Amino acid sequence: MNFNLTEDHNMIRDMVRSFAETELAPGIEERDEEEHFGIEFWPKAAELGLAGVTFPEEYNGIGADYISYAITVEELSRVDPSFGVTISAHSSLGANPINMFGTPAQKEKYLSKLASGEHMGAFGLTESNAGTDASGTKTTAVKNADGDYVVNGSKVFITNGYYADTYVITAQMDKEKGNKGIAAFILEKGTPGFSFGKKEKKMGIRSSATYELVFEDVVIPKENLLAEEGQGFKVAMQTLDYGRIGIASQALGIAQGAFENALKYSQERIQFGQPISNFQVTQFKLADMAMKIDAARLLVYRAAFVASEHKVPVSYYAAAAKCIASEVANEVAREAVQIYGGYGYTREYPVERFLRDAKITEIYEGTSEVQRMVVSSKVLKDGPVL
Amino acid sequence: MGNIVVAIKQVFDTEAVIAISGGKISDQGVKLVVNPFDEFAIEEALKIKEAGGADEVTIVSVGGEKAPEAIRTALAMGADKGIHVDISSLGVIDEFVAAEYLAKAIATVPYDLVLAGRIAIDDGSSQVAVRAAEVLGIPSVSSILKLDIAGSTATVSREIDGGTETIEIPIPALFTAQKGLNEPRLPSMMGIMKAKKKDLTVLTPADLGVDATAKSNVLEYSLPPARAAGKKLTGEAADTAAELAKLLREEAKVI
Repeated sequence: MNFNLTEDHNMIRDMVRSFAETELAPGIEERDEEEHFGIEFWPKAAELGLAGVTFPEEYNGIGADYISYAITVEELSRVDPSFGVTISAHSSLGANPINMFGTPAQKEKYLSKLASGEHMGAFGLTESNAGTDASGTKTTAVKNADGDYVVNGSKVFITNGYYADTYVITAQMDKEKGNKGIAAFILEKGTPGFSFGKKEKKMGIRSSATYELVFEDVVIPKENLLAEEGQGFKVAMQTLDYGRIGIASQALGIAQGAFENALKYSQERIQFGQPISNFQVTQFKLADMAMKIDAARLLVYRAAFVASEHKVPVSYYAAAAKCIASEVANEVAREAVQIYGGYGYTREYPVERFLRDAKITEIYEGTSEVQRMVVSSKVLKDGPVL
Repeated sequence: MGNIVVAIKQVFDTEAVIAISGGKISDQGVKLVVNPFDEFAIEEALKIKEAGGADEVTIVSVGGEKAPEAIRTALAMGADKGIHVDISSLGVIDEFVAAEYLAKAIATVPYDLVLAGRIAIDDGSSQVAVRAAEVLGIPSVSSILKLDIAGSTATVSREIDGGTETIEIPIPALFTAQKGLNEPRLPSMMGIMKAKKKDLTVLTPADLGVDATAKSNVLEYSLPPARAAGKKLTGEAADTAAELAKLLREEAKVI
């Protein structure tokens, strides 16, 4: 067993950190305040290969492992969690279902542009009445005379919505069959009848784009059916299994970013004639934060390792990593604000932003409650994890 | 023009905390990076190559066992191959010895142009590259801000007091890069993946047949003295102003 990262991993961390600190850090407060989506950073990120880390080289990807991907999202989120989720949603949710389930022709047409970053990807699963319970999907797809699919309905909370070029969406084809009636499709922006509804105003990750997708008699050509009819739920669940590694990494980056700020501040802030880091009450807070981040990082990298190995299903590992890392992000960001005291509650300092950004990681791509369902079903079926 | 050689050095990260242990500067837990001025040299070489001005960029580094990490960073940025002169068996060397090894290593490949940073941010001697040029018998210009090559002539500019100096010089020649020459790129993810497949030759002192012993010897390292605490004057403005003037004149001796 070996806990060391490779030289490649370290170089990737240095590169992404440098990109985040030089490109993303300036103006981050304004982007948060104005809910400005950082689309201007996309071309540079694509040029550096951040849009296609885990995808095969033959489809313009980098062909790197999931640990490289986890490090990428972690380092982006350490500075800018909004851009972290932009990359995560694009890669894990927009491009990966095509990578996993697409035909060679679909991969050639769509994955090669997503992996290179020429196109941005997004994923439409959630609906107003179908969140955790995907069986409530109301968007419908009906086969027309040409064998193409006519889609009607809407999707909510879609990360990268409006800006993305390619969407993987799910729709119900046979309500009687419940989850087994769902199908997944590849939908291009600009398809007649496909429009964007409300832009969400959010508590955190305010410079990420979150939109409603609206489908009014959208004709999706038959060659854009992903996997088979009735397999849409499977496509979505497997996509989320891998996607959780991205969100776990985002949470890890948020925790790391909040912690680094609090650590530095605790050594500079003078109270009672000395830095507050001299006080044991602060030292114990810092110790707890450091240990929790360390534990979360081990789980996240292990999930990434399992995802790269492809030997056992990733679902338990990704769920555990996402659940723990997202809770650690919230605990650490909250303590970071506490260490800053009153200043931490103001927008003068970055820690309140990290706290607002952290909350969503316990909610999207499966709430912490869903992750616990995944974990408990595993231990009830297979016994304790060893 | 065929080949460009870039001489680089692995140094402590600019944010590293310097500690002395056992009379030596400790590298315990210190992050090592490519010397920032050498990044300008790498970038310039890559730009020349990309513009069709060179066929190959070779990185040469004289350094210890971790130096290949720095070379691989340069390969990830886009350089073609690397040469590591492994001096971990030599202990402490001086600029003279480093220049001898560097020159010999450069001479193992054909070169038309040699680039390096103008200074290494660790020991800051600014000597090794230009001394290597002397050993190689080629001209050199330090601290350049602009480089143009036409045929076998290079035109370079550098800052001098109150203006800019433009120099024309035949190549092969060696130039050291000043901040402002260019904006170094980050290695791309693909560059990082490809770097490990590129040639990295390791040469030992024995391979190079250099017979050089240090001409200077470091006796001691010491940290700068800790900053003394400031003085706070309290009382009426007129009194403290007079007191301040007195202290500045008599104690600080600045007025």
